[in-house]
Amino acid sequence: MSNHLVQYICGIADNSLILGQRLGELCGHGPSLETDIALTNISLDLFGQVRSYFQYAAELQGDQSSEDTFAFLRKEREYRNVLLVEQPNTDFAYIIGRQFLFDVYHQLFLEKLQSSSDQTLAAIAKKSLKEVTYHVRFSSDWVIRLGDGTEESHNRMSAAIEDLWIFTEELFSCTELEKEMSNSALGVDVSLLREAYLNRVHAVLNEATIAIPDVKYFQKGGKQGIHSEHMGYILTEMQYMQRTFPNMTW
Amino acid sequence: MNLAFPTIDTELYAILNAVSDPEIPVLSIVQMGVVRAARIGDHGVEVTITPTYSGCPAMDVIGDDIRKALKDEGYQSTVKLVLSPAWTTDWITSEGRAALEKYGIAAPLSPDADKEALLGNRRIVKCPQCKSTNTKLISQFGSTACKALFQCEDCLEPFDYFKCLK
Repeated sequence: MSNHLVQYICGIADNSLILGQRLGELCGHGPSLETDIALTNISLDLFGQVRSYFQYAAELQGDQSSEDTFAFLRKEREYRNVLLVEQPNTDFAYIIGRQFLFDVYHQLFLEKLQSSSDQTLAAIAKKSLKEVTYHVRFSSDWVIRLGDGTEESHNRMSAAIEDLWIFTEELFSCTELEKEMSNSALGVDVSLLREAYLNRVHAVLNEATIAIPDVKYFQKGGKQGIHSEHMGYILTEMQYMQRTFPNMTW
Repeated sequence: MNLAFPTIDTELYAILNAVSDPEIPVLSIVQMGVVRAARIGDHGVEVTITPTYSGCPAMDVIGDDIRKALKDEGYQSTVKLVLSPAWTTDWITSEGRAALEKYGIAAPLSPDADKEALLGNRRIVKCPQCKSTNTKLISQFGSTACKALFQCEDCLEPFDYFKCLK
């Protein structure tokens, strides 16, 4: 049971870890100073949340594990983040689209995780939710600004949402582990978040004058550890220091 | 129990109140509401702190600074980090708010006003330099995650606004 809980916590943390890493790549490369700082601040929030999850997972595991071994020393198949968060920083519209599609889910997820029967998870969720509320506001604002902006920004924002939409269904497909965790009141039944998610996302897309994509095929696999071609490159960069200088600390 | 008021033993108050926030040096960690409890026990002092934001990089430094300040006064101490109950900007004391303003950071507004200000709907954040409310939002995230960047349209100074967290 405890082992399953550790896996479950890692799955939650992996979404924030990989998205945080993607945003971290933008440090010094954002399209403007303000957005650069905003995106890396969001990254910092996500990493802070990840540390809380991994520290707790390490405590539950009770062996030599630490937050660093969870973050840096697992193999690709052991990361259980959704495919959405590992998608590359193609252009600013993609970065914002990916952020928005994840933020809305993240907020709904944390709202439910606050009532976890596990007190530590509930505390992390409560804390994180305050931060994520700002993330949703930031990304929603930019989706609207770009979508309802110039012809160029509208086209790019629409293309990003259209392309990223195939990764949204994975957010709500419950794995066996997620079912077990929601049945025991420790975790969240993500399949129940779909309706509220679509309502919130549609409201913003409507305001942004962006059509809601009509997609029949959805891509999944991250939650089972089957990642897209991008994942290996992310891990290579992220794990480099710990692999090269084992147990190094700053 | 009123969560806004931490339980700090009288002997320790002045020592902890002299430890400043590494990101905002004019503010002490007590005024910031980061210290939740400090008790003298049989095995030294136990201090409980809570982060403002999950990823706040100042927490490790704050822990070290607390241990050092107490050691200088002859106390051995352990510092414990807790997440619950989660920190809110309401825990910044009135002295803390005044210190923020004096330092050039606008203090947090109420949650509703904060939302309006950060969506750029209303001009209500007061410039800490010239006190004008003719200010505009530059970025929802400023020099740190807890702040947003504004600019005064009267005196033209850019300034940080401490976002409301509730």
